Amino acid sequence: MTSTTSTMTPPAGDAGQAAAAGAGTGPAIAALITEAPVPQPTLAKTFAAMMAREFRVLRRNAVGTFTRAVMQPLLFVFVFTYVMPKIGGGFMFGGGAGASAAGSVNFATILVPGLMASMLLMQGIMAVTFPLVMEFSWQRTIEDRALAPVPIGVLATQKITAGAAQAFIGALIVFPIVLVVHAAGQAPHVHVTNWPLLVVILVTASLLTASLGLLLGTVMDPRKMQMLFAVILLPATMLGCVYYPWAALHQIRWLQYLVLVNPMVYMSEGLRAVLTPGSPHMAMWAILTVLVGGTVIFGYLGARTFTRRVLN
Amino acid sequence: MTDGAMQARQPVGTAIRTEDLRKTYKTQRGDVPAVRGIDLNVPSGELFGLLGPNGAGKSTTIGMLTTLVLPTGGRAWVAGIDVVADPVGVKRRIGVVTQNNTLDMQLTVTENLEFRSRFFGLGPREATRRAEQLIDAFGLGDRRKAMATDLSGGQARRLLIARALVHRPEVLFLDEPTAGLDPQTRVNLWDILRVLHDQGQSILLTTHYMEEAEALCDRIAVVDHGEVLAAGTVDELKDGTGADTVITVRYEGEVPEGLAADSGLTGRPGVGKVETDHDRIRVFASEPEGVLGELVAAGTRAGLTVRDAAQLKPSLETVFLNLTGREYRE
Repeated sequence: MTSTTSTMTPPAGDAGQAAAAGAGTGPAIAALITEAPVPQPTLAKTFAAMMAREFRVLRRNAVGTFTRAVMQPLLFVFVFTYVMPKIGGGFMFGGGAGASAAGSVNFATILVPGLMASMLLMQGIMAVTFPLVMEFSWQRTIEDRALAPVPIGVLATQKITAGAAQAFIGALIVFPIVLVVHAAGQAPHVHVTNWPLLVVILVTASLLTASLGLLLGTVMDPRKMQMLFAVILLPATMLGCVYYPWAALHQIRWLQYLVLVNPMVYMSEGLRAVLTPGSPHMAMWAILTVLVGGTVIFGYLGARTFTRRVLN
Repeated sequence: MTDGAMQARQPVGTAIRTEDLRKTYKTQRGDVPAVRGIDLNVPSGELFGLLGPNGAGKSTTIGMLTTLVLPTGGRAWVAGIDVVADPVGVKRRIGVVTQNNTLDMQLTVTENLEFRSRFFGLGPREATRRAEQLIDAFGLGDRRKAMATDLSGGQARRLLIARALVHRPEVLFLDEPTAGLDPQTRVNLWDILRVLHDQGQSILLTTHYMEEAEALCDRIAVVDHGEVLAAGTVDELKDGTGADTVITVRYEGEVPEGLAADSGLTGRPGVGKVETDHDRIRVFASEPEGVLGELVAAGTRAGLTVRDAAQLKPSLETVFLNLTGREYRE
């Protein structure tokens, strides 16, 4: 130990002493080597640690994340199922095209699954795309995680898992809000008969949005992030059967077929099928095929572009 | 000691070995070779330096050795493991201090160390202990709860080094560890690296500071344009390249042919190369006495006044001058 201290540059006056205090001492540095734990990393441990890191960050930003998650659906149901019916706009929604296709289904009932699906998309993309674009920007902080002892593909999978978890939580937060906020007589008719299927739909939809988030985060030009809203999020939501059931689009045939390319449609319709079976919805086989198939395709493409961008 | 002798002495304990390692980037303007066939052999416990100007290919080389850049040719082993065949095996055994500040900006100082420890397989409690030990050793005690975004440049660099050490790596890589730091902080980091080296830590660092390589490294590879120009200890480099004192004289006008011969320096004992380059003459001499005077006199005879003159003592800078014929720019 004495030999190590002798290699330290002798402190030169105040500056030297201050610096020596700032950087610790030779023996303490030496002990980092001589008294080091022996780590036994496994894929599972590293993966779990990365997830723990995501939840630590999520907890730290809880207020911001919660506010971001709640405001849009809260205001939406407040205006459309409380304010509008009160001021007489309710006829537009209660007796409009959507309702005529849906029989006696009210607008609140259409909105519950729709807003949950829209929340899944927002959260999935926000949780994955935005951090990723930051991590790939000029400081390339992605290298920090890329040096963890796991293959880069596992890192991509971890990003999808963390994003999906956040989307899932977002949907759960929205649920009570859209259920409770409405004017008298405008209560949504929610009736879950198949709980396992609800969980399957929520989980696959969460994974789908997070996979899409990974793909977008690795191909988006950081300077064009505003475009994400205009080109992806807004059209996906407005034309994603959030505010009307897909069946109601039969009056506009070309649109009914066009929106089938939008993965959002299958998320809304899937939740509609399990949450509000009373409203018309797409066939379950079509919904599950797209949710699972889309996750696989976006996940694969996302992981591939992710790996390419991490490894030069 | 030559590379061959090193290899013979420590056939197993090799920290880094490369064979004709290459990287060519494909761009829209065609292929850009960044590394053009580098052979390195760094025994365990050595502090090895890659020295070269910006853009020499040092960071690309470190990128390939740390698995984040895929080689386009040749092979490389770190701690005996092939970097392409088993990148995860390599990542387990290395610590990397990147040139950029790649700290996790969403986390505090302590959390940066704790989570990195857990990424490398320590349990939560062990990770907390290790983080505390690193914080104390690196003098970050009063900043442990600060967010990584709030650290000064020197503190961030210390945390980056601390973070690279969480799992006691077999080989520590540092890419330009002191670039942009004030002199005091730089000397401080040198001290830390020396202590680690004394404990037998294998270290590879890149630097574009001559004095850093000279002050720290057991051996150095001088790199430029993606190639190793020379490798060895500082003394070997100075001897081997005949880099003696370098005397440069710049005249008011173009140096006429024959001025070098007229000076009587060519072929004089104790004088090596005499180079003419536009308006200047450069002389490599082991016995520099009188050389400057001769050059001034020869200029006067040719009707040239001296604009300026410089005499560089033997150093890595003169080695670089001798190897490349170009002055070293940091």
